[in-house]
Amino acid sequence: MKTLRNYIDKIKPNFMPGGKLAMFRSVFEGFETFLFVPATTSRSGVHIHDNIDSKRTMTIVILALMPALLFGMYNVGYQHYLAVGQLSTVGFWTIFFFGFLAVLPKIIVSYLVGLGIEFTVAQWRGHEIQEGFLVSGMLIPMIVPVDTPLWMIAVATAFAVIFAKEVFGGTGMNIFNVALVTRAFLFFAYPSKMSGDDVFVRTTDTFGLGAGRVVDTFSGATPLGQVATHTGDDMVLTNIVGQPLSLLDYAVGLIPGSIGETSLIAILIGAVILLWTGMASWRVMLSVFAGGLAMAWVANTFASPTYAGSLLSPLTHICLGGFAFAAVFMATDPVTGARTKIGQYIYGFLIGVIAILIRIYNTGYPEGAMLAVLLMNVFAPLIDYFVVEANIKRRLKRAVKA
Amino acid sequence: MANVIKLKRGLDIPLQGQPEARIIEAAACEYYALVPDDFHGIVPKVLVKPGEPVSIGTPLMCDKNNPALQFVSPVSGEVYAVTRGERRKVLDITVKSDGKMTQAPAVAYKADMTPDEVRDSMLANGLFTFIHQRPYDVIADASVTPRDIFVTAWDSAPLAPDFDFVVKGREDDLQAGIDALRKLTSGNVYIGLRNGAVPSVKGANVVLFDGPHPAGNVGVQIQHIAPINKGEVVWTLNAFDLLIIGRFFNKGVLDFTRLVALTGSEVKAPCYVRTTLGARIDSIIGDNLIDADYNRRYISGNVLTGTRVSAHDYLRAPHSQVTVIPEGDDCHEMLGWALPGVNKYSTSRSFFSWLRGKRRYRFDARLHGGERSIIMSGEYDKVLPMDILSEFLIKAVIAFDIDKMENLGIYEVAPEDFALCEFVDTSKLPIQSIIRDGLDRLQKEMN
Repeated sequence: MKTLRNYIDKIKPNFMPGGKLAMFRSVFEGFETFLFVPATTSRSGVHIHDNIDSKRTMTIVILALMPALLFGMYNVGYQHYLAVGQLSTVGFWTIFFFGFLAVLPKIIVSYLVGLGIEFTVAQWRGHEIQEGFLVSGMLIPMIVPVDTPLWMIAVATAFAVIFAKEVFGGTGMNIFNVALVTRAFLFFAYPSKMSGDDVFVRTTDTFGLGAGRVVDTFSGATPLGQVATHTGDDMVLTNIVGQPLSLLDYAVGLIPGSIGETSLIAILIGAVILLWTGMASWRVMLSVFAGGLAMAWVANTFASPTYAGSLLSPLTHICLGGFAFAAVFMATDPVTGARTKIGQYIYGFLIGVIAILIRIYNTGYPEGAMLAVLLMNVFAPLIDYFVVEANIKRRLKRAVKA
Repeated sequence: MANVIKLKRGLDIPLQGQPEARIIEAAACEYYALVPDDFHGIVPKVLVKPGEPVSIGTPLMCDKNNPALQFVSPVSGEVYAVTRGERRKVLDITVKSDGKMTQAPAVAYKADMTPDEVRDSMLANGLFTFIHQRPYDVIADASVTPRDIFVTAWDSAPLAPDFDFVVKGREDDLQAGIDALRKLTSGNVYIGLRNGAVPSVKGANVVLFDGPHPAGNVGVQIQHIAPINKGEVVWTLNAFDLLIIGRFFNKGVLDFTRLVALTGSEVKAPCYVRTTLGARIDSIIGDNLIDADYNRRYISGNVLTGTRVSAHDYLRAPHSQVTVIPEGDDCHEMLGWALPGVNKYSTSRSFFSWLRGKRRYRFDARLHGGERSIIMSGEYDKVLPMDILSEFLIKAVIAFDIDKMENLGIYEVAPEDFALCEFVDTSKLPIQSIIRDGLDRLQKEMN
């Protein structure tokens, strides 16, 4: 460690202004602060600081994503071997390893593209490298179907990082959640690869692993996909080989869907980490679930066969699709969400309501969680505006009374 | 009985080095200094030359814009130096003490003074310099009669001196100070005490406060007693300084000695030291430091709002505390953001120190991270028990949007109220200096 420190101190002058490699200063500083917590001490104001910084914050969020990611990897393998009918012949680690191989390239591509742009922009503007993309880059592979081509992820990530983040001024300045912009870009630019029956389960081999012939009963539709195409009164949702699913199956999450979003239980473990460490707002999280349950309850009370989604119970709704993932990891993004306490209740509740509203009553879109969060990203400043105005009015009233 | 106001939001930072209830006398000190920077909002005009003899109470400088406001020598002796910095800015005026502590003959004092006489004698004897005003948190303008006067007799900052201990035996000075303040306002004199303190003052409205820091900050207390509206002016001071004012009106002598809490993890035996305002820091510390071969940070005041000094600088005028902590500039911690961090204090539970329960920490002066844009929401509100939307106010100040600043309550706050926000801030923004600059610019704009 001492040797490394000495080496860094030795090469540091090259990267400072005037040095030979000054054009890589941001990158150098990024790596230096990554390796060693900066020993800068306070110059003005308070003399001591809390240990938390933005690197730690992002690390904790990534940690909270791990249960959902690891489960997602396992589930990718599980769905594949279920589809090719070899589930009983392969072991746990084979299943996981298949998923690992299928997901890892997506993570690498997302980070390479996103961080590449971040590094370049930071150097160009003379900034320090900011950590925001560490989380976005992990979220992006988790919210796409397993069969999304890598080049699409690369294009969409580049679009989102440049046009949803850097043009606004980088981490902390963006209006829209970067990961969701990536998802929305994919959804609207390449709809055939983002929805339908063929993208959520990998039926071919991955790097030669897991080759096999798909069983006859196979249908790759997600539960919400089945709901979207359903007509008539009684609806039974099935897994990819036609067996009926129960509420417990939805919660555990061994069902087809985007990589990280299927397991309510894994997502809730992440939610506990976020809330316990204080990294996310429980107000937002709780009210998204409250809004979703409320809207689903209303729809279910006035159930109609025209809208098959209204036949599902409220609990089923929050288990299915990307709802829980959006509630825990997307809506709680502090930068793009409401920032006042009261605002956070309203913001979260409306996300929940709109997500279910789109899901049930707009038959064009089987899932509405992503669109709901993006829509409320737009309204978050407006909600805060009214909360701030209320504070101002209170202050003025006090002055008049005095 | 006085009413108790309970505050929930805030934070008591668990630092090592609390002062024991024990008083030692400071070592004899040759040099004392007056530092103009301690008095925000004045333009110093030096009235003495090196070599001139001075007594306690001899004016050393005055405010150029208001010459009646005088700043006096805390000791007798002769003027040693007037140190100037860039653009001839006065850095300090040093007095070499003769150790005799003789009073200036012209001390204007008599019993039963009229309000004008009280004010003028405070101005002439350097006692008015302890009084601040809101808005702007600057030395008060003596020509304005304040709506109310607020005294806080509770320093709730980390490791701060305990007023109950300091006031022991000087209750009549406190009372005399309150009586003097009563004459300066047509409104009320409020004194904010820690719940549990034994209030024994007459003529002031006693309000008890309960809760973590910043419950002792006068700005927080004002908001919960009688908030400041636009156009109103209130005066504020702390009771440690009020004792010096009170002694003058009680006994007719100017006496700038005070009990200073010597605190911090680097101090061998933290305790109270009796010394005089403007004394050298090393005379207060003596040999009461643990052995160390690393850099240290000496702070006049507390770790949140104090001024960074060196051991041969001086105890600054607003402070009744000296804190010494490690600087920490030699710590290069590898991958520190990724380690469990069982020894790292954080208000969030993102470091595993929460596993080890409540204990006191040895803080150093490191920032622990780089400056970023504001990312996390609601962080500041957790440590600011005021009806202020702190984040929006800070943003308004950065943008210098005067209407917004006024609407969001800029007149009610002082930089010290935001000290804890700065401590907990993930983005490591210099919030106190943002507020300070905002207040200064606003005052310039308004006058």
